[in-house]
Amino acid sequence: MTDPLTPVLTRNWRAERSWSLAAYEQAGGYRALRHALTAHPDQIIALVKDSGLRGRGGAGFPTGMKWSFIPQGPDGPGAKPKYLVVNADEGEPGTCKDIPTMMADPHSLIEGCIITCYAIRANFCAIYVRGEALHPIRRVRHAVEEAYAKGYLGKDILGSGFDLDIVVHAGAGAYICGEETALLDSLEGKRGQPRLKPPFPATSGLYASPTVVNNVETIASVPHIVAGGSEWFRSMGTEQSPGPKIYSISGHVERPGQYEAPLGITLRELLDMAGGMKDGIPLKFWTPGGSSTPLFTAEHLDVPLDFEGAAAAGSMLGTTAVQVFNETVSVPWAVMKWTEFYKHESCGKCTPCREGTYWLVQILERMVHGQGTEEDIDTMLDICDNILGRSFCALGDGATSPITSAIKYFRHEFLDLIAAQPAVARPEQLAELSGASA
Amino acid sequence: MTAPEGSSPFDEVTRQRTKEIIARYPQPRSALLPLLHLVQSVEGHVSQEGIRYCAEALDLTTAEVSAVATFYTMYKRTPCGEHLVSVCTNTLCAALGGDAIFERIAEKLGEDGKPLGHEETAGEPGTPGSITIERAECLAACDFAPVIQVNYEYFDNQTVESAEQLVDALRRGEKPAPTRGAPLTDFRTAELELAGFHPDLAASVEGPSAAPETLRGVELAAERGWAAPALPDEMPAFPALPEKS
Repeated sequence: MTDPLTPVLTRNWRAERSWSLAAYEQAGGYRALRHALTAHPDQIIALVKDSGLRGRGGAGFPTGMKWSFIPQGPDGPGAKPKYLVVNADEGEPGTCKDIPTMMADPHSLIEGCIITCYAIRANFCAIYVRGEALHPIRRVRHAVEEAYAKGYLGKDILGSGFDLDIVVHAGAGAYICGEETALLDSLEGKRGQPRLKPPFPATSGLYASPTVVNNVETIASVPHIVAGGSEWFRSMGTEQSPGPKIYSISGHVERPGQYEAPLGITLRELLDMAGGMKDGIPLKFWTPGGSSTPLFTAEHLDVPLDFEGAAAAGSMLGTTAVQVFNETVSVPWAVMKWTEFYKHESCGKCTPCREGTYWLVQILERMVHGQGTEEDIDTMLDICDNILGRSFCALGDGATSPITSAIKYFRHEFLDLIAAQPAVARPEQLAELSGASA
Repeated sequence: MTAPEGSSPFDEVTRQRTKEIIARYPQPRSALLPLLHLVQSVEGHVSQEGIRYCAEALDLTTAEVSAVATFYTMYKRTPCGEHLVSVCTNTLCAALGGDAIFERIAEKLGEDGKPLGHEETAGEPGTPGSITIERAECLAACDFAPVIQVNYEYFDNQTVESAEQLVDALRRGEKPAPTRGAPLTDFRTAELELAGFHPDLAASVEGPSAAPETLRGVELAAERGWAAPALPDEMPAFPALPEKS
């Protein structure tokens, strides 16, 4: 049985200038790289497969398996250059784990990149950081410079014969670029619009070459797996969802923040650690992993927050961005706000998502204005049904999550809002509904 | 389509930087996003001339560059103030006061009883103390809600009052210190940094490792004696090389 909190990725965040090479090396940093360079690349892929590490960006795809899809060999697709692209475009509402990671411990990301590139035999890596994260960009760029100066990057790394260059690329403000194929298009200097899959990035990614796209937290986990081994990693979490995970608690709790626990912790335990509900006002609803994961309620306090547990209870683990809302927050209002977000961020490529989110916003804004009808509820469910699974990427699917789950658990609130007509002006109602401080 | 010699706002330094950006990537077009940031660092927004400049640098059409420039929210189509103030009004921040903050500063910066709108500027764009405001989507700082950014530096745990004070100070030409991050400069300098040119990275990279909120989990663990299972003394051997199928 492991402890309730198991800091691995966050362990050195308290150190003085933890982001510097000196502090990172003092804590044992770059030893895993030296160890990894003694192995055959395929052994590293096998190790990561054995560890059971699953992608930390939301989808939970097995990382070692993703790496093993990269074609190798002297001929055919294996002969093309291979790339690692790190998805640091953190923007899923509620998600705030990668930015503190890059702020406090950029070298763990860089060391993870080098080991990963060695394993998949890539000589170029791009770290795509959302543009609004200026200070994390400075930290990562500085870490890259320090790593070059120390011989961890560049030509013939530590005498291994392996070459690697890393570029830190700033995005320009588009949630959709967190979707891996949109990110690749964006990195190619285009509008960030998702590609139809297949072909998957493993065969046709950046510049149509074999590419691994992994999240920051995934890559930062790699040096720890090399240092500790797969058995050590599996001693945390569950059989299907092993390892530690950064849970980001935000909203109406006493002590919001980052809590790194073995996968499978529950909201009840997390709430206890975060000091309980703010001012003792009861919990109303929460997201287990960002706004694209269907809402949970107080009924779900004991759902194990791992990939299987969240799914079995009707939601998804997502990015473990736990947003907690108390009883003062109107569900239709919150759903309206999220839907406005999806409408704004829909890239416009696929009709169901582009048009559907537009119509959903119109209906929800009308409802919150006090002009909804009962029929609107069914209309929204119908629109959601026409978005879900009918677009290239998961943005449209995610847009339906808050709506369908809110209607499932809080239909009465939509009905109450309709019954509470006549209309009131939007700003006043919003302030009243959201409990916003004046 | 080339601008007459001497009239271009893009000087020799910018042209040199353009070459450096393009050289970073395996393929030149990947330089377009950083180049648009570079253009904004010169002009305070992306003008038609900026679009032509990028198109020429990368051998693209102006239509191709426009398509990209208009897709991303960080590229501004009208001149920006000395500072860009972004207020997160996504659901969680809004519920904790983000909407009220935006409304209050919009009122405060407005004229003749008309509040300043999203992406509108108080003061003459580019002059000291001018401010452009915007409603931002989730800024990935939810444990510090509600948050504001000024030139993409975080100001955490805001209230209507603290936001008003922040805006007042900016209007007076002051540069209040961000909660995390480097001392405040201006929008154009931030854009230059995003393009990959940090005037003094060794200095600007400094600042706290993490905010107190970020460390709550790791501190609670230390307090209660909780830890991950100990790492083995020696790094374990790698699995045997898989047999080729």
